[in-house]
Amino acid sequence: MIEITNLHKSFGEHKVLDDLSLNINSGKTYVVIGRSGCGKSVLLKHIVGILKPDSGKVIVDGQEINALNVRRMNELRLRISMVFQGGALFDSMTVGENIGFGLIEHQHVSTQELLERIEESLCLVGLCGIQNLTPSELSGGMKKRVALARAICIRPQIILYDEPTTGVDPITADSINELIKSLHDKLKVTSIVVTHDMKSAYKVADRIAMMYQGKIIAEGTPQEIQETNHPVVYQFINGLAKGPITETLEQFR
Amino acid sequence: MYFLGGLASLFFQTLYLTFVPPFKAERVFEEVKKTGYDSLPIVSLVALFIGFIFALQTAYFMQRIGSELYIASLVALSVVRELGPVLTALIVAGRVGAAITAELGSMQVTEQVDALETLATNPIKYLVVPRFLALILVLPLLTLYADIVGILGSYLICVYKLGISGSLYLRITFEALLYKDLFTGLFKTIFFGMIIAFVSCYEGFNVQGGAEGVGRATRHSVVKSFIMIILADCFFTALFYFIFP
Repeated sequence: MIEITNLHKSFGEHKVLDDLSLNINSGKTYVVIGRSGCGKSVLLKHIVGILKPDSGKVIVDGQEINALNVRRMNELRLRISMVFQGGALFDSMTVGENIGFGLIEHQHVSTQELLERIEESLCLVGLCGIQNLTPSELSGGMKKRVALARAICIRPQIILYDEPTTGVDPITADSINELIKSLHDKLKVTSIVVTHDMKSAYKVADRIAMMYQGKIIAEGTPQEIQETNHPVVYQFINGLAKGPITETLEQFR
Repeated sequence: MYFLGGLASLFFQTLYLTFVPPFKAERVFEEVKKTGYDSLPIVSLVALFIGFIFALQTAYFMQRIGSELYIASLVALSVVRELGPVLTALIVAGRVGAAITAELGSMQVTEQVDALETLATNPIKYLVVPRFLALILVLPLLTLYADIVGILGSYLICVYKLGISGSLYLRITFEALLYKDLFTGLFKTIFFGMIIAFVSCYEGFNVQGGAEGVGRATRHSVVKSFIMIILADCFFTALFYFIFP
């Protein structure tokens, strides 16, 4: 269970998270939707402890992230994996070394087991046998899949996805959605996906939360979100140019 | 002040993490190769030609007063005490420091540094510590090598152009050099290595923006390293002048 309570975060004058609260149940797939630049990625980085909040708490399985010492924090991080928007693969390493990085650095497995785990992770994302390629030899979609393989190789309990379908063609996007669903079913992980791709959100989500102006303004099942009367959520999920979101922006111009 | 504060914070964190396990010697060796071994061609070229140039420029005056033999002692002292350490440090700052900033900057921009953290790996421990250790180890060795090659360059000019006997040249060189000259020359390069390591890593970690930001950080890294190396050199020269008069 992940409990996010009254989270505040500002960068200079710009308030990104403004009293944001959200509870995420174990084993479920949560999708956080919102416009680009609304702070969705910042929220993910708070859950994994890369960013520290100005105030508020993030509690993962009863442990408050910002109260943990380095050792406990590292133990927790090996239970949470994050798939970055651009993949964030280490380009000085091969695909295999990228995927096995967490195991090599922290879990001290035998070479045989390491190679097996790398192969198993690659096959799970449908890319068997590309261990020896370098990230520069991969397409955008393949990079996202390899990043996913790196995330699952350490066998995490929570996977955070930052815009997993952004920047890839519709077919690759759908296969990534399928992958998120199948990994969720096979590995029984808790998943948090941030995206502005509504097709992806409806496909993978158990629950959807909408983020706007640093807060969660609506939360529910995909069906509840689709049937919402909330004007902001309605404008966003239907991709309308006119509505409260754009009117607010025009007021500032 | 913000820059110096950030540099000091990186310095203390790196120093602390240097002594915290796990210790990965192979990463240090990898950096030693990139920093030291791969710098040998450029260091050799510059040191050899500085030896040539310095011998010829000194000969211009020494021949007028009939003291060509003193070229050997003048070159030996200048190269070992000053030119060897500073030129090597500036070459490494330009060649290695710029590469470190560009590499870490690109990693920062593409979220690879964040990815390291999510994989329970401290980016300072993983990226800065091996580079710091490699630079403080390699810079004195590269300087010693540059000193020898610089003196060799001057030797070649004096023996084959000015007609000074080779054995006499070497005898005058060794007579002129004292241990303290070698020590003061090499000691300060440890600090030059620290300057290059911390400035280049700090600038790399603090890249903002995309490719333009990486370019800007790389430029800042080289310029700041140059300035700090010259200031540190000035400080150590003054310090040693009073400690070892």
